[in-house]
Amino acid sequence: MKTTLRTVPRPAGKIRAEATRPRGTRHRSLLHGAGNQLLLWAYAAIAFGPLLLVLIGSLRPNAEILRAPVGLPSSFDLSNYTRAWQTASISTYFINSLTVTCASVALCVSVSAMAAYALARWKFRGRALLAAFFLSGLMIPAKLGLLPVFYMFQSMGLIDSRIGLVLLYAASGIPFSVFVIMGFMRGLPGELEEAARIDGANEGRLFVSVVLPLMRPALAVATVFQFAPTWNDFFYPLVLLRSGDKYTIPVGLTRFFGEFAADRGTLFAGLVIALVPLAVVFALATKQIVAGLTAGMSR
Amino acid sequence: MVPAQELTGRPARRSRRRAGRVSAGWITSFCLPAFALYGLFLVVPLVTAFYYGLFRWDGTQRGEFVGIGNYREILTRYPLSDEIPAALGHNVLFFVGTMAIQNTIGLGLAVLLHRNPWGKRLFQTLFSLPYLISPLIVGYIWSLLLSPTFGPINFALRAVGLDAWARPWLGEPDLALPVLIVVNAWQWIGGPMLIFGAALAGIPQELEEAAAMDGASPTRTFWSIRFPLLIPAVGVITVLTFIGCFNIFDLVYALGGSDGGPGGAMDVLGLLYYRTAFRGGSNAIGESSALAMLIFVLIFGVSLALERTLRRREVH
Repeated sequence: MKTTLRTVPRPAGKIRAEATRPRGTRHRSLLHGAGNQLLLWAYAAIAFGPLLLVLIGSLRPNAEILRAPVGLPSSFDLSNYTRAWQTASISTYFINSLTVTCASVALCVSVSAMAAYALARWKFRGRALLAAFFLSGLMIPAKLGLLPVFYMFQSMGLIDSRIGLVLLYAASGIPFSVFVIMGFMRGLPGELEEAARIDGANEGRLFVSVVLPLMRPALAVATVFQFAPTWNDFFYPLVLLRSGDKYTIPVGLTRFFGEFAADRGTLFAGLVIALVPLAVVFALATKQIVAGLTAGMSR
Repeated sequence: MVPAQELTGRPARRSRRRAGRVSAGWITSFCLPAFALYGLFLVVPLVTAFYYGLFRWDGTQRGEFVGIGNYREILTRYPLSDEIPAALGHNVLFFVGTMAIQNTIGLGLAVLLHRNPWGKRLFQTLFSLPYLISPLIVGYIWSLLLSPTFGPINFALRAVGLDAWARPWLGEPDLALPVLIVVNAWQWIGGPMLIFGAALAGIPQELEEAAAMDGASPTRTFWSIRFPLLIPAVGVITVLTFIGCFNIFDLVYALGGSDGGPGGAMDVLGLLYYRTAFRGGSNAIGESSALAMLIFVLIFGVSLALERTLRRREVH
């Protein structure tokens, strides 16, 4: 009895003491938390607001935009989109961009995966040198070679050709893809490959059925990081393409902005269409994007 | 003797193969495609540009060998002798301004997100959304938003009575470059935020707890514990931002056209190279190739030097 009486108040006092102290700090940290949330939402408005304005603008008739640049659409009207897609031939640019981007990403990631695997796993003379050769491209401003590329393409009949663009983009994505895939492979134990080798698989077979599936996360990062810059590139097609029916979205947009300068609603709609594929990629691959952005940190 | 050699020879070869030796044929067939593509379309053109720059050109006709003649020419003869330093200055300001804005805001946001993980993914996505958009499209978006009469920004400023603040943002030489910097920082802020976020997450909790137990204030903890550990992240961001800022072309083209805005206030090296190469005089090939080499040495040299100091710092 005595012992219980003596021991009971003690924990109670302890609890009370603990409960009062955090209540004060919790109050303060709640306020703090609310302040943090406010700041975060404020910046979200800055980051996302402009895009929202474009999206809203794309749904408003042009006359309304000119009268009141900020405002909600009076009715749900997609005519800006049909005008941009058909009359302004954004559809053509869109399909060109999609073809060129997909082809070059596929080419880039497959050749990079092969080279990165060889560099990460096999020992041969000149391996370090070859790796350094590829990785040096991470810092090379490749676009400064534009003029020689232009004359080389002229002699190869690749001016005004989408194939030329595919080859160029694939080449310029190799350094980053090799970097990412090679880094990934080095962190991966080679036991499965050993087992397949003992089972008598040759190197090609081994690569396709064992290594490629293992590499998937790295391939995804490389794909995402190759997709966006290729989809976005403006410099090469500006110089290397001539006929409007081969234009990709970015060069198409410069023409579109010239032709439809007064029709803001249509311009906004065209911008939204140009953004859709990247929004899709972004939504599907946030994880890969974070992994790729922080890849430089793990060195 | 002979059988013994045979016996030892075989397993030895097999174990060597297991240790990563593969026939030259496999090595070639795995490495050659990437090597050929990368070499032919990336490295060869740059080497060729260097070669082109050593000659005087008449249209597309190669003339006499002039050595560094083209370099001397572009650095001393008007108008390039004026345009190059001006463009370089704009690139430097652009880089410094972008670093200042995106790193302070990016770090601030990363710290906020680190403290309140609620909705972290959502905010990260919202903040880094502009990251993926083409700089050209970013430029067009902002040129519409900032347009003097029908732009929403000036409209909003007038609506709240700040008529004096409603300016032709991209039409005034003094304003154009700062606006360009802000737009660029707006686009890339997600990078520093994510990189700082990853670095913050990598700092062991015990360090901060130990500091807090020793009575350090949160501010003090930040500057003495977290900040030093974020330095490598700053290094990575510096290199990436430097490369990005000195390669800038699309954004300026969209905001100010190929002449770089009012009075060339936003002219940068990328635009200058483009104009020299495709609108230059009869020696355009020679002059633009020399200019390309100067830009190349600048970008490659500085990023290499930055990378080196970074590595050395990390070792210490």
